Amino acid sequence: MFTRRHLLFTAALAASVQFGGLGFAYAQQTIINVSYDPTRELYREFNAAFAEHWQGEKGETVNIQTTHGGSGSQARTVIDGLEADVVTLALEADIDAIVSNTGKIREDWRGTLDNNNAPYTSTIVFLVRKGNPKNLTDWGDLVGEGVEVITPNPKSSGGARWNFLAAWAWALKEHGGDEAKATEYVTELFKHVPVLDGAARGSTTTFVQRGIGDVLLAWENEAFLAIEELGPDQFDIVVPSLSILAEPPVAVVDANVDAKGTREVATAYLEYLYSDVGQNIAARNFYRPAKPDVVEPAELERFPDLELVTIDDLGGWREAQPRFFGDGGVFDQIYLPGR
Amino acid sequence: MADSLALQGSFAATPETPFRDPTGESPAAKWVLISIAVAFLALVLFMPLVAVFAEALRRGWQVALASIVEPDALAAIRLTLLVAAIAVPANLVFGVAAAWAIAKFEFKGKAFLITLIDLPFSVSPVIAGLVYVLLFNAQSYFGPLLNSYGLQILFAVPGVVLATIFVTFPFIARELIPLMQDQGTGDEEAAISLGASGWQAFRLVTLPNIKWGLLYGVLLCNARAMGEFGAVSVVSGRLRGETVTMPLQVEILYNEYNFVAAFAVASLLAVLALVTLVLKAVLERVYGRGDGLRGH
Repeated sequence: MFTRRHLLFTAALAASVQFGGLGFAYAQQTIINVSYDPTRELYREFNAAFAEHWQGEKGETVNIQTTHGGSGSQARTVIDGLEADVVTLALEADIDAIVSNTGKIREDWRGTLDNNNAPYTSTIVFLVRKGNPKNLTDWGDLVGEGVEVITPNPKSSGGARWNFLAAWAWALKEHGGDEAKATEYVTELFKHVPVLDGAARGSTTTFVQRGIGDVLLAWENEAFLAIEELGPDQFDIVVPSLSILAEPPVAVVDANVDAKGTREVATAYLEYLYSDVGQNIAARNFYRPAKPDVVEPAELERFPDLELVTIDDLGGWREAQPRFFGDGGVFDQIYLPGR
Repeated sequence: MADSLALQGSFAATPETPFRDPTGESPAAKWVLISIAVAFLALVLFMPLVAVFAEALRRGWQVALASIVEPDALAAIRLTLLVAAIAVPANLVFGVAAAWAIAKFEFKGKAFLITLIDLPFSVSPVIAGLVYVLLFNAQSYFGPLLNSYGLQILFAVPGVVLATIFVTFPFIARELIPLMQDQGTGDEEAAISLGASGWQAFRLVTLPNIKWGLLYGVLLCNARAMGEFGAVSVVSGRLRGETVTMPLQVEILYNEYNFVAAFAVASLLAVLALVTLVLKAVLERVYGRGDGLRGH
């Protein structure tokens, strides 16, 4: 009976040693990039390129961990203590949330890198069924009789906020700046939404896999990717006359890199996004590069010109966020579920 | 048949209520009931399971195999097994101790203790995960304290283990409590009055009495420990190769449009569950059809 008791004790001891060890196994030259949903393919390619570059430059092996999820919940993991070296998120507001909740990122992070810390940009386009059977060419067509629009919930999804603001900006321009008319338009638009998913990937799956809806409001990169991965013969992209310029920002998490001694490699990682290699990888993964002049012209052909408003035209995120998406904001007023 | 005929004969004196064998339904009713049960099982259990395997093997078994032996998937498999290897023994000890205390002793607060054991069943696994986030996050009291000793709980393996132990806690205790209450304390009292020590009484009397319930609880606990998604997804942080368990790996692959790999890992998870069931059947056969493996 002693042997049995012994065995159990040894097993427990072995287990605790093993998981204790795993807990801080990533102490050296591993950097963690906390990113958001649609960048999976981009960073898979970029991480490999950077690791090779760093090996050549410094002769050091660097291991890069990237995590993905809804942008807001990803920021939350950093606030709760995930030891991210860099964050590459969908919205400025999400990085600001880390700043205000933890102080782990310097307050003036926006400006530490080129182009407002946005190495690539994107915009909102329409993904429609092949041949565009409902003939949807611009925002006005989306509220036509019997058209079903798929977009995630702006309360929880960063991407959906861009969708909402793009629609708002178009309506505002269409009606000569009349906000009442714009409110009327977005109210009508959301009556055409049969399913509000929580996050961008969920909406894509609803539209693509489950076959619900006539048009998916999507990031341009997500739309291209859905076509490439899931069926070139099933979907078309429609570029509206006007959309919004989304600038997904990146930043170093200062407190974490200083604690781990990874500031040099983390900074180099983000700067490499702006290099020829990084910009070409971004373009290949359907993000509009911040420095198009260093990118192969063939890679730029897929991005059509369109009129792009910026978030600053709508007062910047600090104003737009509470006004449109805060409790009791414009979205809360116009959206009544089950109508 | 002969029996029922004989019985029928003896009741022939009361012709207004012809005798019906209480367990002898008409063949039609029997077949309808069996077909409904089989069709239902096929529809909600078997077909989805087949679909998972079919999707995994859509591009051949080599592709499916390659997505399982890929380093991140292997790490996920290792972590899942490690987590089960810690959570199950831990809950085995806690479960037996709790069931022993509740079934064999009278004390104040017993009802409260039973409710507490049931808690993980009644709260959503997401809440279970969030509890550990609240306890160990960077703004909490414990998180930074443990961190200063170099021990990371949240977004590391210990967090995944804790969350799994939490949600799998009731399985063994819940299995044993009714069994041990049924058996009462008579056997143990006899053993002790014959001079057995407490430990001997437990090992030679209690343990043989509860072994099938215990085994069943362990198997259920193990299946849930390997399959838990909700609680683990909250505390994991999804660091690939480090804190991603098999269910999380399935979700990640699915979100990457990597359907074949996602279903290949899901198939393996299903196979592990099936192995658990086969193991149970084999043990039952080897040790004879035990003293009534679970009454319900």
